[in-house]
Amino acid sequence: MTGNSPSEKRLEQLREQAWADGVVAGRGVDVAGGPIPRKPGYYGQPVVKPPVWSWEIPIYFFIGGLSGMSAVIASAAVLFHHVDLVRTAMWLAAIGVILSSILLIMDLGRPILFINMLRVFKHQSAMSMGVWILSSFGACAVPGLIAVELHAHQVFGGTLDQLLRVAADILIFGSAFFGTLLATYTGVLIGATAIPAWFLHRVLLPIHFGTAGLGSAAGLLELFGHRIAPLNAIGFFAAAVESALLVWLTIDKHGAADRAIHEHGSGWLIRIGEILNGPLALILRFFGLVPFAAISFLIGALVSRFGWIAVGKVSGSDPEAVFAAERL
Amino acid sequence: MIGEGIQSTNQRKHSYVHDHVEVGFFTDPTVCIGCKACEVACKEWNHVPDDGFVWSGNSYDNTGHLGASTWRHVMFLEQDRQKGNQIVGSHSLANGDGEDPFRWVFLSDVCKHCEEAGCLEACPTGAIVRTEVGTVLVQNDVCNGCGYCVVSCPFGVIDRRPEPLPDAGGAFKCTFCYDRQKSGLVPACAKVCPTESIVFGRLDDLRARGAERVQQLQQSGYNDAQLYDPTETSVRGIHAFFLILGEPEAYGLPAKPQVPTIYLKSAWTSAFATAIASIIATLLAFAFFS
Repeated sequence: MTGNSPSEKRLEQLREQAWADGVVAGRGVDVAGGPIPRKPGYYGQPVVKPPVWSWEIPIYFFIGGLSGMSAVIASAAVLFHHVDLVRTAMWLAAIGVILSSILLIMDLGRPILFINMLRVFKHQSAMSMGVWILSSFGACAVPGLIAVELHAHQVFGGTLDQLLRVAADILIFGSAFFGTLLATYTGVLIGATAIPAWFLHRVLLPIHFGTAGLGSAAGLLELFGHRIAPLNAIGFFAAAVESALLVWLTIDKHGAADRAIHEHGSGWLIRIGEILNGPLALILRFFGLVPFAAISFLIGALVSRFGWIAVGKVSGSDPEAVFAAERL
Repeated sequence: MIGEGIQSTNQRKHSYVHDHVEVGFFTDPTVCIGCKACEVACKEWNHVPDDGFVWSGNSYDNTGHLGASTWRHVMFLEQDRQKGNQIVGSHSLANGDGEDPFRWVFLSDVCKHCEEAGCLEACPTGAIVRTEVGTVLVQNDVCNGCGYCVVSCPFGVIDRRPEPLPDAGGAFKCTFCYDRQKSGLVPACAKVCPTESIVFGRLDDLRARGAERVQQLQQSGYNDAQLYDPTETSVRGIHAFFLILGEPEAYGLPAKPQVPTIYLKSAWTSAFATAIASIIATLLAFAFFS
């Protein structure tokens, strides 16, 4: 081998590059394989573990929020005598809670053991609280819907029907109570974790998830033909709050600690979602384009849920984010 | 004390489980030789499956990180720093100042078995429990794999085991060889450690031993030797603590780990406020626009 052969020249090249830059970034060359680690932490390995949750969870957040807040609208509709609206809203609540349960069980590593969630009640675990909230919501919403429908179709007459009406009202108010918690606890669920981009925004998250649930419920009810002024007002309210949250999230930066939101592509999912269910929904509603505003809000609410889970995966894999959050 | 060999606590039978004595691991990288016997012993005793083999390119560490199928992990740190009174060579390439400090540090990482354990608090099935000896144990037959412990561990230890490995779907981490301890045996990793870099014993004894070892090292010129045992944060101390050289970040250890339950109060306050505001807003919308 002479010093002029191509492979020897390549080695010379690499040596010079290493000498000049301290780094050789070629194909098949791992910088971390060099003698001194240059990646943050331990060879850039994650310090905390990113979430293992897949697509079921953001969809569950979306459907759970929508059905929970539907029950709130249903109870207001009971109080203000919008009989048809009560029925549609309770259908949404009941179908939503069934879909939510299916999604939650699907996401488990061992779906067959889902029942073990009901062994314990732990106030310090948002997951445990969530399971009980979802179960209680289901225990109110499904019989609530049955009672509403039996009463609406006058299946029984006389006293039994009167009792049914009272039971329906109680169950609807119960659904509303657990429904608001179902829509908001999901923010606590991901806010009280070791993932920097999540726990740094633990106050914003429940507001966002709850409001997104409320606006989605109103929007979907409007799309089902309930074009009434109260739902439009709720739509305005939710879109206005979401617009404010978009501004808050844009201002509330924590440097490297939550850079997954502000610098990474997954943060765009959140922002696109927030634009759709914030300013865009507000403008569309302002110009009276109610169905479009509703669709925009619903898509935004869904996309931003996916965004938050995606951001958690990025943030949890980023050792610098964890270290930076400690220095805040 | 160091180098007691077969006379040490690592080889003795004990009755800590029966006597409800708090136990711990003290892991000392200054005597670790990076043999990975602890990793092998752990996998063999606990039937932890093979989770693939990947050349990482990170020194001699092809294990990577702790996880569902890695309960002991020997870290290989290569640092341009002096190790104790190490005599450094004069063939410097990088500095050109005639000194070329270089040290190789091995540290066997493991579940910390926190005093306030994020995974235990988060577990919604009660699968994760505190044992009589103060360690944190996942009961595999109860765990339904919800994955909430994974994001609740401030050290990134516990993980859900993916398909197609045996027992997939459940969350796994170091058991502190609870099964062995119940029979008066020492955890497998400590039992096999040839240099007693991993010491098993009573937690109070180990803390004293750790403090003494740090003093001893500092006297011998290891100025950056310190204990890693976050007792000042919400984690309130760990049962498996470490001696480290330099900063915890280099070992992928958070300097101020926090148990995520401290975030609950503000998050729930926000949730309740949102819940109430949503109800009021809905009622107002119906009251004024009907």
